[in-house]
Amino acid sequence: MNLAPASVSTLGATSEYVTFRLADQWLGIPVLIVQEVLVAQRIARVPMAPPSIAGFLNLRGQIVTAVDLRTTLGLMERAPDEDFMNVVVRQDTELFSFMVDEVGDVVSVADAAVEPPLSTLDARWRAACTGIVRRDRGLLVIASVTDLLRLDHAAA
Amino acid sequence: MDDLLLDFLTESTDNLAKLDNDIVALERRPEDVALLNSIFRTIHTIKGTCGFIGLTRLESVAHAAENVLDSLRGGALTVRSDLMDDVLAAVDVIKEILAHLEEHQVEPEGDDFAVIHRLERWMSDAAPEAPEAHQAPVAPVAAVAAVTPAATRAEVRVESPIAVVAESAAPTEARAQLSDSTLRVGVGLLDQLMNLVGELALGRNQLIQLAAAHEESEFAKPVQQLNRVTTDLLEAVMKTRMQPIGNAWTKLPRLVRDLSHSSGKQIALTMNGAETELDRQVLQAITDPLTHMIRNSADHGIESPAVRRAAGKPELGTVTLSARHEGGHVVIEIADDGAGISAAKVRRKAIERGLVKTAEADAMPDAQIFRFIFEPGFSTAEKVTNVSGRGVGMDVVRSNIEAIGGTAELSSVEGRGTSIKVKIPLTLAIISALLVGTAGETFAVPQIGVVELVRVTSEQSHLIEDVHGAQALRLRDALLPLVHLHRLLGLEARESASVSIVVCQVGESRFGLVVDEVFDTQEIVVKPVGRLVKHLQAYAGCTITGDGRVIMILDASGIASMGHMAEAAAREAQAAEARRALSAGQVDQTIESVLLFDAGHAALQAVPLSLVARLEEFPQSMIEEADGHYLVQYRGALIPVLAAYPGLDMRAKDPRPVIVFSDRDRTMGVAVDEIRDIVETHVHLERSANRPGVLGVAVIAERATEVIDTNHYLRLAHGDWFSRREGEGAEGKRVLLVDDSRFFLGLLTPVLRAHGYRVVTALDGTEALDRLERGETFDLVLSDIDMAKMNGLELAKAIRANPSWAHLTLVALTARDSQEDRVRGMAAGFDHYLAKHDRDAVLATMQRVLTAEKVVA
Repeated sequence: MNLAPASVSTLGATSEYVTFRLADQWLGIPVLIVQEVLVAQRIARVPMAPPSIAGFLNLRGQIVTAVDLRTTLGLMERAPDEDFMNVVVRQDTELFSFMVDEVGDVVSVADAAVEPPLSTLDARWRAACTGIVRRDRGLLVIASVTDLLRLDHAAA
Repeated sequence: MDDLLLDFLTESTDNLAKLDNDIVALERRPEDVALLNSIFRTIHTIKGTCGFIGLTRLESVAHAAENVLDSLRGGALTVRSDLMDDVLAAVDVIKEILAHLEEHQVEPEGDDFAVIHRLERWMSDAAPEAPEAHQAPVAPVAAVAAVTPAATRAEVRVESPIAVVAESAAPTEARAQLSDSTLRVGVGLLDQLMNLVGELALGRNQLIQLAAAHEESEFAKPVQQLNRVTTDLLEAVMKTRMQPIGNAWTKLPRLVRDLSHSSGKQIALTMNGAETELDRQVLQAITDPLTHMIRNSADHGIESPAVRRAAGKPELGTVTLSARHEGGHVVIEIADDGAGISAAKVRRKAIERGLVKTAEADAMPDAQIFRFIFEPGFSTAEKVTNVSGRGVGMDVVRSNIEAIGGTAELSSVEGRGTSIKVKIPLTLAIISALLVGTAGETFAVPQIGVVELVRVTSEQSHLIEDVHGAQALRLRDALLPLVHLHRLLGLEARESASVSIVVCQVGESRFGLVVDEVFDTQEIVVKPVGRLVKHLQAYAGCTITGDGRVIMILDASGIASMGHMAEAAAREAQAAEARRALSAGQVDQTIESVLLFDAGHAALQAVPLSLVARLEEFPQSMIEEADGHYLVQYRGALIPVLAAYPGLDMRAKDPRPVIVFSDRDRTMGVAVDEIRDIVETHVHLERSANRPGVLGVAVIAERATEVIDTNHYLRLAHGDWFSRREGEGAEGKRVLLVDDSRFFLGLLTPVLRAHGYRVVTALDGTEALDRLERGETFDLVLSDIDMAKMNGLELAKAIRANPSWAHLTLVALTARDSQEDRVRGMAAGFDHYLAKHDRDAVLATMQRVLTAEKVVA
């Protein structure tokens, strides 16, 4: 990665991220991969599935696998009545829905402002994190959807 | 990929698929000019196009083939099989190049000199070789063709043999029309259409539910209309995915031709019902198994001409492939008139491989015996392949067919031929399913695997029997193993007054899936589960119900294999429980499962469950009377049925409950008044009885209960049953049985006692040694190897170290049966080393060594 000084970076390329919150942490994933954002949906449980797979939801006739990112990333388990939102992403030809606590704005970040992930991160976070962005409201963790899904696959 | 190249590839691939069969057909009907012309045109088109887009290698091969075909048309050459071999070789090269083109967009490196040379040789040799005498039948027709220029002959030729014209002209006509009325549509688009229509159907279902709630609504009519149109649309879209099964057969004539040439056999392949349509997904799945079975029939089924002649059959063997619709299924039959399979040999092999017990095998009808051919490993056994004439991999064929919910059945008559009947569903996209509920969740079970539904209320719960931790339902004449769906899926059980049992058939085995309730059947659209849960073998997919919920579709075969594991786990847990109980000091109680029943006496009767083969209820119509004895047709054999007590009126109850005992190859039944219960209890005979047929009285379930002596009945039924044993006098011998599994002790002790041994048990080496040191005498010690306190090897060494016990025969009983373990066991002082669960071997060995000893003494 090109580690240019932050001051020069404003002129470079920028990328857009959909941001969402898990507990106290804000994360961002590339906007292009996100298909849509939904309010809480009825999720059909799949007995025996790995713990982070909350189940399947019906998105206009298509089956979407719901992944609870709190479990994937080792945060406190979601209470049954706790509210959540769905960030629906498409990978290959399959749809996945990330269950998150809150969805924020789409932010535009200069590529050069993305710093490498901290080496002190928890292993699961480190596996999915591609970079860190410093913002006024705290750090934004840029995550890779492929790696997030791979975490669940490994768990499975 | 370049559009031009793509078009060329699609078109050529389609034409080539036909070509093999056309060439094979031409060999049989060399006079068919239309066929020859069609072949020529295909090659000619390929040559023309590839010249145009600069595929030089392809062009030169096609050109050489075209020349030869042109000479055939002109009559300079005649159709003969060695020439056609070369043409087919050229077609193969063309296919290879096309396949490479499809993948890499360029022609592969290399040259085709050999193939081209072989073709050119025909051209130069044409004059001297062609007019051979035995080629005569071809010549005149070829000559006719020669005078008529290629393009305008169709009408002229109509006068020639009608059969030929009818067959060849029809497709030509159809093809002309087809090209105007068909479109090439991508499979992806069709799949998408299918999905959308499925979705539409779901929306329709929701609307119908809503409309039903408001009967007088003005929506009722339009909803009705929408309903009808949706149903029609669904059907039409399903049809777009249908393909004639003939598409899966295109390679077969060539395959059979090549096989018959290479093996020197004469084989004709007849195909019927090629137009039978089925879903393309099913078609793809069935292609490989079909090819395999046809190859088997041609390769192993059909005999060489000499053998056939000797058997009085025509030299030409026939393999017949046929397909037809039957209900919602397609039935495909592959039959040959070859050597057939000897049921006796398969039966013997099945027994040798331990797939079935001798007695059972003898009782099985041939149809059932032939099923063993589909067992893994069975068909690969070299010996069987030779004797039975079946190649490897029938197990793979079966599992491929079962994977799409189909079944395969084989029948054969030795010397007359073999026939395999395959039944597969029309489509996998929409299936009929049974909706069931358990623990508050709803699941779908595909109908194809469901045999029947049974409801068991809490009053009938005695029908569910607990056998060594695994549950089974007494259903008519068999015990049906049960799998509790909520347990299998780790869901919380709910109290319910009754349970429903979905009886599922997977291959040869049946099991009952226990659920809380059964709702109804529905046509459901199968959607694949995501890759994150794909590894769960309990599911075949998922679907969306009328109210928009997602529900999982259960996979009966996956559940069956999980069920086996679950049963094994339950048994393991039970064994662990027993071990814990042991270490807690309750070492003295030997628990046995006993079957309680009523039989004419005030006292309840009991028999150890381990001696019982099955519990049956025979309808009176099955019970025959001959010479004052009662007999029943049971699993293909006549077995004697005895009254449990002298005054029993066999005909008084219909059906008559019967306890079936079997030992080695003998089976008999004891008719009783009523079967009561199965209990796990400590059996201690309080006093011996003075009535024949009763061993003694024990207190079971707080009631005095008579424990019956099965030997008595076996002796009555088969006078000679125990004669050998009695004659050799092994009973009364004292046996010390050492094992730390209370479960195992419970299993073996009654068996040994029933064979007349006096059994004392010990739970580990130290206890066994204690008993010996206290001066108890034994003739034989049967010991486990793995035990916590003083294992079997240490025990054997300790016994051998004391000369006063030198007469003792030491037999090791173990699950560890490797050569090394055996050597170690023998070195420690064991005389015999046996596998733990081979009951017959244990009994036979004991019998042998104890009687041999007596002779020596």
